[in-house]
Amino acid sequence: MKKPHLPHLPPESAAAVRHSTMNIWITVGVGFREIWAHKFRSLLTMLGIILGVASLVAMSALVKGMENGAKEALVAIGGLEKVRVEPQELPPEQRHLRDQALGLTINDVRALAAGAPLVTRISPEMRVPANVSANGKNFRPFICSGVWPVALEMSEHTVLHGRMFNDLDDEMARSVCVIGTATRDELWGAPDQVGREIIPVGETLYINGVPFTIIGMFQHYESEQDRKRREAEAAARAAAGPPTQNAGLSRDRGRGGRGRGNFIFWLKNATIYMPLNTAYMKFRSGVTLAGFGGRGGGGGNGGAAGATGDPRLSSLELKIMNVDLLPQALQQVRNVLMSTHRGIEDFTFRTQEDWAENINTFIRNARLSGGLIAGISLIVGGIGIMNIMLASISERVREIGIRKSIGASTGDIFVQILVESVVIAVLGGVAGLAASLALVTGISSLSPTGNAPVITAGAMSLAFAFSVVIGVLAGLVPAIKAARLDPIQALRYE
Amino acid sequence: MALVEVRNVSKIYHLGGEEIRALDNVSLDIEAGEFISIIGPSGSGKSTLMHILGCLDTPTKGTISLDGVMIQGASPRQLAAIRNQKIGFVFQFFNLLPKLNVVQNVELPMIYAGCSARERRERALEALEAVGLANRSKHRPSQLSGGQQQRVAIARALVNRPRIVFADEPTGNLDSHTGEAILALFRQLSTQGRTIVLVTHDPEIAAVTPRRIEIRDGKIAAKVDLTLAGLDRSPRSGPAAGAAP
Repeated sequence: MKKPHLPHLPPESAAAVRHSTMNIWITVGVGFREIWAHKFRSLLTMLGIILGVASLVAMSALVKGMENGAKEALVAIGGLEKVRVEPQELPPEQRHLRDQALGLTINDVRALAAGAPLVTRISPEMRVPANVSANGKNFRPFICSGVWPVALEMSEHTVLHGRMFNDLDDEMARSVCVIGTATRDELWGAPDQVGREIIPVGETLYINGVPFTIIGMFQHYESEQDRKRREAEAAARAAAGPPTQNAGLSRDRGRGGRGRGNFIFWLKNATIYMPLNTAYMKFRSGVTLAGFGGRGGGGGNGGAAGATGDPRLSSLELKIMNVDLLPQALQQVRNVLMSTHRGIEDFTFRTQEDWAENINTFIRNARLSGGLIAGISLIVGGIGIMNIMLASISERVREIGIRKSIGASTGDIFVQILVESVVIAVLGGVAGLAASLALVTGISSLSPTGNAPVITAGAMSLAFAFSVVIGVLAGLVPAIKAARLDPIQALRYE
Repeated sequence: MALVEVRNVSKIYHLGGEEIRALDNVSLDIEAGEFISIIGPSGSGKSTLMHILGCLDTPTKGTISLDGVMIQGASPRQLAAIRNQKIGFVFQFFNLLPKLNVVQNVELPMIYAGCSARERRERALEALEAVGLANRSKHRPSQLSGGQQQRVAIARALVNRPRIVFADEPTGNLDSHTGEAILALFRQLSTQGRTIVLVTHDPEIAAVTPRRIEIRDGKIAAKVDLTLAGLDRSPRSGPAAGAAP
């Protein structure tokens, strides 16, 4: 048939010796057997990948927890649609007009209501630096302001007990106020201190010496996680029964309260609202009702005597129709205010966007640095695998020679070594995912932060995919080295 | 046409600028079913010849046809396939994989041939039966004697039904009694029609084969063909056509 002139394999002969590649499952089986044969060595090799995957997942869980906490806090202070207008020092070129600057007044509020359609809500605020006292105790609340009832929606407040003051209270400048739970806690005692919840609606509160009637109290604001823990503790307490109650309560206080992460919620709880007119009448009109000596009861309707009064608002809070229209809305507000302020730019905008931007930057940086560290440890793990695979093939030169002599192609050997490396990496990855669960539980029980770590499926699959890629890359060099071995020399190798 | 046709094959190494002719213009034929030995002292080039015949190495010059396939132009992948399906090797040091048991060792060539698991097991046990070791299939190589290990290696060499089997000093690591038994096994396989090439330095061992080729300094020094002289000791009447002059 074929004569020896043929330079290459004749087609039918080539077909007769067609090389079927080794079944991949057999190769994987060989890989497992090899790993099993060196259990301890393989475990040490995997350790790098295990730690890398675990730290990657745990890091991402911690950052995700922080992100969730920050977003929760952002919603608690009113969301992205909220814009604050605050008074500001005049720009240098307008300094000489300082005595013409009015500041923010109720006129601005009316003008905005009429002239800025993209603004859906306007809430003026007049802050009162306050020292409140009741029940024989003093307290400086974080916010003590005269506001319109709309502030309730604006700042995401909910009145749980009693009622919010209404337009009538404002109109009449009644001495009423609505307080947050932190004020109650400081003056009358927190529920977990006194053992029951005190609702001081109807009590009298002295703000800078002026008596106010408490007509409502906000709900207690706390992070999702605090609420869950408190509920769990309450359930545990209920289960434990009354005798152990006090012991349980005194233990709570150490951990609860104003933790670092809950500060924003504590600030929100430390709020006292009174009607805007009341704040003006009692504290800004220039007539001091609770002044020492002097005036007596005569100045009852001292609003008329406001010649020296200060009608300026400390800030305006605006709610925008849509976050996407924020720049346009700000422009509208600016135009209106420029006209009411006669071109004097004595105000500035403060948006939550800056804050959200800060959060995002922080999260991104945390993710980047954590990811970098975890990535480096994964790469170190990969180097460990490569090192072991190189040692392993120089241990198995003879085996490779035998396999080649009985018909393994370079491709078969390449795949065998590569699969071994990938199997190590995949096993390490799986173990790493398991370890990450333990790690996250460990971290959150050792140092409970305000934000519970959240393990995401995305982070897990990313870490796992990364470990597989590392396995492939680490196996590449040893596999090429093994596949290139000359069978004759490999067989002679001792 | 002979099973193996070697024409003017040379293998030249360059070591430090010096040219070493491991094989120098060798030509020979091996017919299907022959039992032939290649003898020569160490360094004579007999191992190089066996490696080239066994597709483990390629010649520098000359042509080789194995079972009608020209192998000097084949790719490494094709050479691997030829080794897998047309050639069986038996080595001096058995070269079994210590981590696999006997039957797994015998199955190994079929894994690279892509046989199914059932077929592999069946044929491996068949091959072990043929060398008289079917009852040791689950043992590790280290649990077997040298002679038994060599039988496993022979079973492995035969399991893919190769056209030709190369045995490189198959008795070199065995005591003379066991060596005898292994040679007897080769003779028996030869009578069953297998083509077997025995590579050895020992003329006594080479004496079992009806045809001998002596290699010295990379050249064929002598050819002895007892079949031509009618002195073949084997009961089989070997193929008459001998080596080309």
